[in-house]
Amino acid sequence: MYQDVILDHYKHPHGRGLRDGDAEVHHVNPTCGDEITLRVRYEGSRIEDISYEGQGCSISQASASVLNDLLVGKDLGEAQKIQGVFLELMQSKGQIEPDDAMEEILEDAVAFAGVSKYPARVKCALLSWMAWKDATAQALDQEAKTA
Amino acid sequence: MTTARQGLTGLLDTEAIRKDFPILERELHDGKKLVYLDNAATSQTPRQVIDTLSEYYEQHNANVHRGVHVLAEEATALYEGARDKVAEFINAPSRNEVIFTKNASEALNLVANMLGWADEPYRVDHETEVVITEMEHHSNIVPWQLLSQRTGAKLKWFGLTDDGRLDLSNLDEIITEKTKIVSFVLVSNILGTVNPVEAIVRRAQEVGALVLVDASQAAPHMVLDVQALQADFVAFTGHKMCGPTGIGVLWGRQELLEDLPPFLGGGEMIETVSMHSSTYAPAPHKFEAGTPPIAQAVGLGAAVDYLSSVGMDRIAQHEHALTEYAVRQLQSVPGLRIIGPTTAEDRGAAISFTLGDIHPHDVGQVLDEQGIAVRVGHHCARPVCLRYGIPATTRASFYLYSSPAEVDALVEGLEHVRNFFG
Repeated sequence: MYQDVILDHYKHPHGRGLRDGDAEVHHVNPTCGDEITLRVRYEGSRIEDISYEGQGCSISQASASVLNDLLVGKDLGEAQKIQGVFLELMQSKGQIEPDDAMEEILEDAVAFAGVSKYPARVKCALLSWMAWKDATAQALDQEAKTA
Repeated sequence: MTTARQGLTGLLDTEAIRKDFPILERELHDGKKLVYLDNAATSQTPRQVIDTLSEYYEQHNANVHRGVHVLAEEATALYEGARDKVAEFINAPSRNEVIFTKNASEALNLVANMLGWADEPYRVDHETEVVITEMEHHSNIVPWQLLSQRTGAKLKWFGLTDDGRLDLSNLDEIITEKTKIVSFVLVSNILGTVNPVEAIVRRAQEVGALVLVDASQAAPHMVLDVQALQADFVAFTGHKMCGPTGIGVLWGRQELLEDLPPFLGGGEMIETVSMHSSTYAPAPHKFEAGTPPIAQAVGLGAAVDYLSSVGMDRIAQHEHALTEYAVRQLQSVPGLRIIGPTTAEDRGAAISFTLGDIHPHDVGQVLDEQGIAVRVGHHCARPVCLRYGIPATTRASFYLYSSPAEVDALVEGLEHVRNFFG
């Protein structure tokens, strides 16, 4: 479960710290107390930045770092596709062995495949991804209101 | 490690006791021996209880009371016999003071609801106060929050000292003439603290407040004498004391149970029923609406027999020695901070700790890979985590079958965790 990639992201997180954003959310995982505050900034449909601050287990914190790596700079549609694939992998109960095509999409995030075997930990891995989805919905909502 | 164990006195013959618990033979993760240190969450079940449950279903299963056939009479005798056993186990003056519930949470909720619907002098309303403590399990916080929201009563609580004990310095300001009930835990499930019942009871009696003691972490581990406690109600659960899940106990003083109103209505709790109104059966049946957890009560009776055959005083002695050893050994692990009392004095065998910056979920997961079962998280006592500024803890908790070798296994396991995340 604890792949080196995960431990690396945990010890040296990418993009950590809160910066300007269009929307901010705070998500918690009540079973273990993982917490994340996450902000998104969009330029049109392009993700300019995902910044975050949080505390929690290595899985939840590494996952946020991987999220930042994968999604910043992407177009929203592309990011949603990646999120969908990651969600599918995490809900696979260890049944999906990531192939080259999946690895191309998820990059470092395929290291979380092993986590999907542990129902108690799947929520940790998904925490930042659900926070991003929520923050994105809020950012889009605000944009629609001001437009 | 062997030298560190010298001088431990009062330990039980765990090798013999462990033979009664088939699950302790289990091996996990390719042949690693199970080291079960999650007893504060639930205890394991001895063969004697498993056999009693099987025999009940194989030979005696029927609904209790009012049946005139053989099985119904046997099931009733077994169910009511379990009540006798529990009454004796807690030194209750009368068997009619023992109410079977599904767990301790239900027992605590039952009292909160009795008081919400009661007439004077017990009634909790907007002019009165309810007192709990900051170290309660959520099951002894939320029912009182609900009661206070519904009635307007003020909810107050005792805070904690830095070393994990109740801060009773403001005892007289917290418990006042307005206090209707004081509900607190005898042994904390997260800190391990054994609380000073006498001081709290004395103050509550001075102002005429009722006292409810949550004994969920006490009944399995020490002699529980409800008369000596001088409380009005005592709640605990079966599955933490070698019994099955689905069975708990509320003990209450008989005159209170007579005066207080029922909460759940249904079969078995009535005397007569017409379409306009009903009269109620005397306690304990008044508080046991519907078909009760019969097999589970019978199983709890067998668990009580089992614990008594070992001796609750000897179990307490064993756990005290083990706790003394464990707090000492754990504190030798670099970066480990015990959350709660750091000595075995007035302390139960549940030990919470943090390990450097390593999140408890990671600690628990890597321990599990070594076959060591601990609990991680806030242990349904989140206010305690907030009080000490930590997101969660890792908790190891011991029981009558736990051995010093298992303490050593935990300490070695934690070294491995440190190396892994270091």
